Amino acid sequence: MQKADYDSENLSIVTDKSEAFIRIRGISKKFGDFTAVDDVNLDIGRGELFSILGGSGCGKSTLLRVMAGFETPTAGTIEIDGVDITELPPYERPVNMMFQSYAIFPHMNVEKNIAYGLRKDHVDNKEIAQRVDDMLELVQLVDFRERKPNQLSGGQRQRVALARALIKRPKVLLLDEPLAALDKKLREQTQFELMNIQDELGITFVVVTHDQEEAMTLSTRIAVMEEGRFLQVGPPKEIYEFPETRFVADFIGTINMFEGKVNRVGDETISVESAEAGTSLRALGNHDVEVGQSVCIAVRPEKIFITKHEPDNDDDVRIRGVVDDLGYLGNLSLYRIRLESGKMIQVSSQNRRRSTKRFVEWEDKIWVSWRPRSAIVLTD
Amino acid sequence: MALKKRQGALWQRITIAVPYLWLFVFFLLPFGIILKISLADPVIAQPPFTPFFDADGGLSITIDNFLFLLTDKLYAVTYIKSIFMAATAMVLCLALGFPMAYGIARANPTTRSLLLLLIVLPFWISFLLRVYAWMGLLNNYGVINNFLMWVGFIDQPIQMMYTDFAIFIGLTYTYLPFMILPLYATLERMDLDLVDAAQDLGASRTIAFWDITWPLARPGVIAGCLLVFIPAMGEYVIPYLLGGPDTLLIGRVLFDEFFVNRDWPLASSVAIMLLLILVVPIVFLQRSQARDAEATS
Repeated sequence: MQKADYDSENLSIVTDKSEAFIRIRGISKKFGDFTAVDDVNLDIGRGELFSILGGSGCGKSTLLRVMAGFETPTAGTIEIDGVDITELPPYERPVNMMFQSYAIFPHMNVEKNIAYGLRKDHVDNKEIAQRVDDMLELVQLVDFRERKPNQLSGGQRQRVALARALIKRPKVLLLDEPLAALDKKLREQTQFELMNIQDELGITFVVVTHDQEEAMTLSTRIAVMEEGRFLQVGPPKEIYEFPETRFVADFIGTINMFEGKVNRVGDETISVESAEAGTSLRALGNHDVEVGQSVCIAVRPEKIFITKHEPDNDDDVRIRGVVDDLGYLGNLSLYRIRLESGKMIQVSSQNRRRSTKRFVEWEDKIWVSWRPRSAIVLTD
Repeated sequence: MALKKRQGALWQRITIAVPYLWLFVFFLLPFGIILKISLADPVIAQPPFTPFFDADGGLSITIDNFLFLLTDKLYAVTYIKSIFMAATAMVLCLALGFPMAYGIARANPTTRSLLLLLIVLPFWISFLLRVYAWMGLLNNYGVINNFLMWVGFIDQPIQMMYTDFAIFIGLTYTYLPFMILPLYATLERMDLDLVDAAQDLGASRTIAFWDITWPLARPGVIAGCLLVFIPAMGEYVIPYLLGGPDTLLIGRVLFDEFFVNRDWPLASSVAIMLLLILVVPIVFLQRSQARDAEATS
């Protein structure tokens, strides 16, 4: 595989399959004719912050609810820490959940909400008081313990929900879109708080989200889900740099795709003739493809260079184009380039130089180029 | 702009004034008249009570009627019996209505609207007809007894008509929708995640119900109970048609005093007393609703 070239830094957190902390085997969930989760297998390691990423209706929330025990799977088993919990009701699982709606009990104050889980376990009052204090401290709500939920801001409610779910020291914390209800600034801040708390407590987190940025920043590993199945599971970098399918490539970040047919398979590179690109595109690696096979070459916008003159590196893929549109974002500049074939591609570049002058203007004739190793070959 | 604003305020006042005027003319004023009559003496005349002012222009009022209510045991017994009947009907409605409202609120949207329609459907038929229908069912040779005898369960008809049992059936049947609808409204609004969250934190289904669903349904429970209790307390038709001759309820007493004895002042004081008894739970409702509004808004 092409991956091997770069994988020197070992991205995988999960070590051995036998050490899997959460072991999901053949889980399916059907609602009538509709299959929400379709034969999912997954191993999650102890202490991981694992994200399940997908669009709405992909089955990610159903999978989470199966793990929490709110839905009985149609088939399959779930083990946590070596114990089969498939048949256990939610209140007997070593798992707690933070709901997307937060589900804070409106008739109880902050303190009572947080203490609820311990009360149900008949922990003695002294210990409850101590642990509630610790939790309030952890989520910085000490001054709000008497408040009713309707007197809290969105961010504070989110922290109450988190504290309430953590107080029983679950083996696994399930988080359903934990940050979706917060505004952008708060979301970024909370993201790091979440990571710190997870780090501090060492609890395994399983996060369900539709927000790829959130998944990228938070997670040790991501599973991309679509129509009830996992398309790809791996660390964020791997998902981004080495997507295995068009869906994953397109779902995470922005990508330019060129359809074409393989015209040469070498030892180290393959070449793909693409009408969309107007040229032959080289890509690194032996991709287990045959001459004549239809494939897709995909390139991330930040991997593409724009130059005014033809670059002289013969190895690079070079295509002529015209600047159709450009946008200045401060740290980045975005370009939309119209290739000679008529295909539009996106290019982004860092604004390293401090200048108010533009490096290229609208309708400038330019060259785009990228290294063959930057090209992703998608065969699905 | 300012003019528009003033016009808006004027319209606001008008829209508020209309219902208040209505209530004033058709509720407060008649209430005042009843209160006035309750303080008069009965006479055989037209109208059958002494005027408010005597010939000299002085006030002519008496609290004899109220004193009579307190001294004659009949009234106290009737009030207590009425409270007992209404309270029992209320509890029966709650016991039947809560699971029904819960089921409707949790049904899928299409089934839900159908079920709600079924709850209000009986209102399309005259109340009196529906009570008569119960007579046909409960009667000694009515549908139920005939069926039981045909099956061989019994060989003598069970006396159901003209008993307290029949009144309970009638009251519960009639007022059940008034219990279900407010309960449904609160239960339907409730976030189901709350119950899941309670279970997730270690509460069994039963405990989650008492910890979460029940307290959050309380405004609906209180509203439903009052909507059943208050009209059931003064109910006249159901006890009259279904109850036995010895079941004397306050609605019946009120009717008899007005139309049989033609003692308007005493009848008025019975009505005033009934109102006073009912004011207590209404005040309770208001305070509790205000508290809930504060807690969950």
